[in-house]
Amino acid sequence: MTESQQPTLTDTIERLSRKKISSVELTHGYLQAIRDHSELGAFISVDEDKALEAAALADKAGPPDENQPLRGIPIAVKDLFVTASGTTTCASQFLKGYESPFTATSVQKLYDAGAFCIGKTNLDEFAMGSSNENSSFGPVKNPWDTTRVPGGSSGGSAAAVAAQLAPVALGTDTGGSIRQPAAMCGISGLKPTYGRISRYGMIAFASSLDQAGPMAVSAKDCALVARIMAGADRLDATSVDKPITRWEEPIPNVFEGLRIGVPKQYLIDGVDPEVLSAVDQAISQLEKLGATRVEISLPHTEFAVACYYVIAAAEASSNLARFDGIRFGARAQEISTLTELYERSRTEGFGSEVKRRILLGTYVLSSGYYDAYYLKAQKVRTLIQRDFQDAFEHECDLIACPTAPTTAFPLGEKTADPLQMYLADVFTIPGSLAGIPVLSVPCGFDGNHLPVGIQLIGQAWDEHRLLSVAQRYQEETTWHLQAPPLLSHGGKA
Amino acid sequence: MEFETVIGLEVHIQLSTKTKIFSGASAAFGADPNENIDPLTFGLPGTLPVLNRQVAVSAIKLGLALNCEIRRFNQFARKHYFYPDLPKGYQISQYEEPICEHGRLVIRLDDEIERVVGITRIHMEEDAGKNIHDARTKSSLIDLNRAGVPLLEVVSEPDIRSAAEAASYLKTLRQIARYLEISDGNMEEGSLRCDANISLRPTGQLKFGTRTEVKNINSFKFVERALNYEIARQLSILKGGGQVIQETRLFDSTSGTTHPMRSKEESADYRYFPDPDLPPLIVEESWVEKVRSKMPKLPEELRQMLIEDLGLTPYDASVLTAEKENVDFFLECYQVSKNAKAASNWITSELFGLLNKDERGIADSPISARNLGELLTRIDGGEISGKMAKEVFEEAFKTGQSPSDIIQAKGLKQISDESELLPIIEQILETSPNQLAEYFSGKEKLRDYFVGQVMKATKGSADPKKLNLLLDKELGRRKDG
Repeated sequence: MTESQQPTLTDTIERLSRKKISSVELTHGYLQAIRDHSELGAFISVDEDKALEAAALADKAGPPDENQPLRGIPIAVKDLFVTASGTTTCASQFLKGYESPFTATSVQKLYDAGAFCIGKTNLDEFAMGSSNENSSFGPVKNPWDTTRVPGGSSGGSAAAVAAQLAPVALGTDTGGSIRQPAAMCGISGLKPTYGRISRYGMIAFASSLDQAGPMAVSAKDCALVARIMAGADRLDATSVDKPITRWEEPIPNVFEGLRIGVPKQYLIDGVDPEVLSAVDQAISQLEKLGATRVEISLPHTEFAVACYYVIAAAEASSNLARFDGIRFGARAQEISTLTELYERSRTEGFGSEVKRRILLGTYVLSSGYYDAYYLKAQKVRTLIQRDFQDAFEHECDLIACPTAPTTAFPLGEKTADPLQMYLADVFTIPGSLAGIPVLSVPCGFDGNHLPVGIQLIGQAWDEHRLLSVAQRYQEETTWHLQAPPLLSHGGKA
Repeated sequence: MEFETVIGLEVHIQLSTKTKIFSGASAAFGADPNENIDPLTFGLPGTLPVLNRQVAVSAIKLGLALNCEIRRFNQFARKHYFYPDLPKGYQISQYEEPICEHGRLVIRLDDEIERVVGITRIHMEEDAGKNIHDARTKSSLIDLNRAGVPLLEVVSEPDIRSAAEAASYLKTLRQIARYLEISDGNMEEGSLRCDANISLRPTGQLKFGTRTEVKNINSFKFVERALNYEIARQLSILKGGGQVIQETRLFDSTSGTTHPMRSKEESADYRYFPDPDLPPLIVEESWVEKVRSKMPKLPEELRQMLIEDLGLTPYDASVLTAEKENVDFFLECYQVSKNAKAASNWITSELFGLLNKDERGIADSPISARNLGELLTRIDGGEISGKMAKEVFEEAFKTGQSPSDIIQAKGLKQISDESELLPIIEQILETSPNQLAEYFSGKEKLRDYFVGQVMKATKGSADPKKLNLLLDKELGRRKDG
């Protein structure tokens, strides 16, 4: 490969530590790149002065150390995490200009570790989408091919990391929103175990599924950032107090006796053969490192997408009820009744995909339909969780499969057909429903030189093992280090 | 045809916790509008509810007091509707799995007749805020201080048969909540709210008639009035051969009538579902036992004790146990004086008399229970007379001084010692030969004259009992001599 190599966060920290670069220089470089690649639409807001101010403060405090391992590191934050500084829009007209009085716990933890926000990244409105085309501030373009989508909903964060606009970005994952765009943009992304990272300050889409996670060049980068964000939070009752170790240091001999399960149900129609072949080769590589491949069965996989769209929509319809135009956000003008205020504010404030899901969710929770849809979906969810439990109990230690059935598809290809769009999450959804940790890492390219991602799925709280396997894999491969052609043409420093 | 009234009550008890049910904002009453709010109360994006466990403790206490089963696995549910006083667009409540179920409450009519009312369920939920409509400026304002304040909703079985029983049920429930110190039960401030389901059926019929729900009964004064109005309204419909329409009716305290709520307001589909932000609340048996071990004695138990062990009348026992502070005061006083009847009389007549005149509660009594007990001990020991005690009591109430200080300062002491009293009696009789002669000749009324003279000589401090005894003895001796 002749393109420039993607610098990892780990390398960048190293350069800061050795004072080869200052945080101000680093930040200037990224701000310049953000301006140069504004056509990607990766960011919704960037406060250059604030970022440079924070960088200067970091430089004053000295290089990164044990207390502040991220000191001087600019991070891109999905515009769904509320931040006390700047605006938080969720890519919705409803929240245009919205300023939160507080900062999300997960973001605050990164600030406490010395990082600062360089900008808020674009996303599908309220994280509802798989292509980032549902943003009311315009779509994001894939840095590998700007006629294609970056995936979604964390498309802005994925594009920002892939195009070297930030060394690391935060995403959120409800049904694949970290992993699928990470795969399509050729970067690494972790969705941790549900409850691992506080949800306080994440604008809720589907509360029982939403998890924050890092998106970065390497699994090691993800490991460092994720373990800093992790931990119980008294402001999130669903966060869980579990031991956290130094995930960026791989478990020694992690491949010893490691059984990798390959679910036969994932070989379905509609999966790109080139994707399957790249994933197969990656599993072979893991075998070379000492793992054993076993075929496993996750019998309820085929019901996952339907189950997800009932549960996620139900929770979304409820979570989005607070956007009523009364206390904050958009309020329709020239209204004469309270009902009109609600109806017009919500009609004008929300985009069509958000409305579709609110309607779907309202329907499945309505009296007379609740048992047939919501309750049934919860039962299916339990069966899907049990599939994974059984597999981990009897057959394997982790599961490998494609992250997405295809590589990045052209902008506009699926916007007219929501069902086709929903199928882009067919492989990511089961892990979300089970609440277990899943990591996506680059594992090759298709014929169009578009990145392919492989998912590693683990048992609850087993992030360290996933991250260790991926780190060892990335020591042996260079897929994650390849930069999109855009950068070599653009002549990025 | 005779008809029987069937009533079931839904009572909302506002808990007096320091903070709200799902956030650290203050739950205090009476703050300036929107003073007790935080991002969660305001329903801001990104906020999450975290249960205040004190609310569960209050629910378990009330559940135990009402003989309920306490549920181990508890789930909160979201109840959806749009209204400006409901910031999240849903209320967090409990739906299919309330924390307490299958209880009962013993109520009393005229201190005598006992009735048992079944408790269907008690569940935890958050209160809504308040909309304030300003007709002058044609604007609506929202005060979210109350939003998120914890409530317990207590639902009764349809076991209540009259408005008087409903009032007694409500009073007893309030009394228990106050004993448990989980709520101040102040109906006027909205700490206690009551909705009633009312129906009538031909006496002897098992099937319930069509019910109406009466809302907005916001004062103890109005409970019986509102229910009696609704009972009379339904009765006249049924007697006229008509049919009661199932509907929600609002009570209007100025007219004393009920009128139907607009049907639009009640046709909501709340779309309940388990709140994914709140993990299930597991109430372990050990937790219930811990709460049980710290339960105070309840009014009914105390009332029985006052009647059976201390010999008070049912009426006095009811008066004393009406409020926890009263019975606590009584018991402390009794600890000192060991005379239950006297303690009861002095508290219910003398003390309540003076407190009522000053519109004060027993908590503000200038005389402590211990001091009153000491005063009563002195009466029983013959040290001072009842009359003296009353003077001392009034003085103590006025000045806040302790009764023993007053007794000492005034030199009040009853003369009951024979060696002291007898010479005075002898002297009076000797200096009144004429009266004595008249007395012996049959004018027995003159005995009072001698008593008066002795009292005068002792400035009223002669022990009347002892005086009578000695005087009779002395008169007898002189007659015989």
